[in-house]
Amino acid sequence: MKPLLTVRNLSVTYPTRTGIVEAVRGISFELGRERLGIVGESGSGKSQTGRAIMGLTPPPGIVRADTLSFSGIDLTQAGPAAWRDMRGSRMAMILQDPKFSLNPVMTIGRQITETLRRHENVTKREARRRALEMLEAVQITDPERVFGLYPFEVSGGMGQRAMIAMMLVCGPELLIADEPTSALDVTVQLEVLGILDRLVRDNGMGLIFISHDLRLVSSFCDRVLVMYAGRIVEELATADLSSAKHPYTQGLLDCTPRIGESRHPLPVLERQKEWAA
Amino acid sequence: MTIRIENLSVSFDGFRALNSVSIAVDKGESFGLVGESGSGKSTLLRAVSGLAPVSGGTIAVNGEALTGSRRSRAFRRAVQMVFQDPYASLHPRQTVDRQLLEPLAIHGIGDTERRILQALDEVGLGHSFRFRYPHQLSGGQRQRVAIARALIVEPAILLLDEPTSALDASVQAEVLNLLEEVRGRHNLTFVMVSHDLGVVTHMCSRLAVMKAGEVVETLAAADLAGGRMVSDYTRQLMVASKGFSREAVPG
Repeated sequence: MKPLLTVRNLSVTYPTRTGIVEAVRGISFELGRERLGIVGESGSGKSQTGRAIMGLTPPPGIVRADTLSFSGIDLTQAGPAAWRDMRGSRMAMILQDPKFSLNPVMTIGRQITETLRRHENVTKREARRRALEMLEAVQITDPERVFGLYPFEVSGGMGQRAMIAMMLVCGPELLIADEPTSALDVTVQLEVLGILDRLVRDNGMGLIFISHDLRLVSSFCDRVLVMYAGRIVEELATADLSSAKHPYTQGLLDCTPRIGESRHPLPVLERQKEWAA
Repeated sequence: MTIRIENLSVSFDGFRALNSVSIAVDKGESFGLVGESGSGKSTLLRAVSGLAPVSGGTIAVNGEALTGSRRSRAFRRAVQMVFQDPYASLHPRQTVDRQLLEPLAIHGIGDTERRILQALDEVGLGHSFRFRYPHQLSGGQRQRVAIARALIVEPAILLLDEPTSALDASVQAEVLNLLEEVRGRHNLTFVMVSHDLGVVTHMCSRLAVMKAGEVVETLAAADLAGGRMVSDYTRQLMVASKGFSREAVPG
């Protein structure tokens, strides 16, 4: 089977006053219809990778890749119009905090129907029906009410569900979730992940799950890429997490305190220069 | 220093943020507060420092009853707070030196030169950091400055409001180790708010689980780890903090 997404030698650079910052330095991977996790600390380039795939690298950032292809489309050659057609319908992205990623002056319903009407030739009534259906699919109990609410009127968990509904309403093939639950409480986090899990499974999407939380990612994904300083330092099947070889991955796993363990002081990560090489 | 809080209530414009909360923290103890956002855990810390409108109940620190938002000079020196976001809690246009000088000036403490250098040493920042601005520091280094600023007046109690939740996991480990180290060295009493059960059980001997402005359960960290909890809510939190699993999620 042909992979959904092929990335070869992707790099993202930003020219700054003090020289060129290399946020992503030549990474390669493939994604099928599976869940792939990308893990790393702040500054490791994980979010920049996600943004580059969506064509959302802000200027003056420069994206270079030998291959960046999404179901047969060469993304490196895509113009603005092609991107607009793809984003929201064939590939979609969920961001961290619904407080900032939803439009504050549009009702949730209108934001969802806007996506639909932009990409598909549907009537207002049909768009509304599908939006309500989608809100129900993300387990919002009273979709009619939430449809008419503004983002500030809903909780973080509800906002994130609305965000998921908006992103999935056109049935994309690829979903990039950038820290989709980091702004949420742990119990709400589980519900949102549960919804995401079910929708991804039922619709047969490819998912890239970006997070700093290695344990969370490994409990959710099939495969994990560990990034450090713009490079992939290790690729693991989540089942083999405990046998991680790279000292950085091991360090990340070790340094979080776990319930029922007594380790004082906690092991800290000793960064080695050669990891960034 | 002991903290005794009995039947404490806090209301914001009729909204009950805390509803008859009682906790007791002994001298030298490390006490945790866990709960979801909006459960009142931060409000409880703020009420102790006089930053929340108390509408009922009593707070006593070391036998001294605290009323309203007035606090004695001795209290203000003995109780220090470290906030969640080191990007927001440091003055962006003051050097580290200036921020560490401020509490000394407020309390009329002399010998500033030696104390500032000592405070930097204590939190593992070199003297070269003394004249830097917050924007020249990483998140972990900023939180070290915030801890140094709290420690410089030689407090007895530290109120820690999610001190590591804005930090990367590896940096979190370093800051947690630092906090444990200074607690041991100065025999400090900690009250620590966190949403992360792993962090709280690592740092604290006892903890209170809060929900919707009330204490659901107070238990020893060892009991929590051993699954010996009484309330369903605590159990739910435990399950949630273990990470995602297809079985744990309904639907």
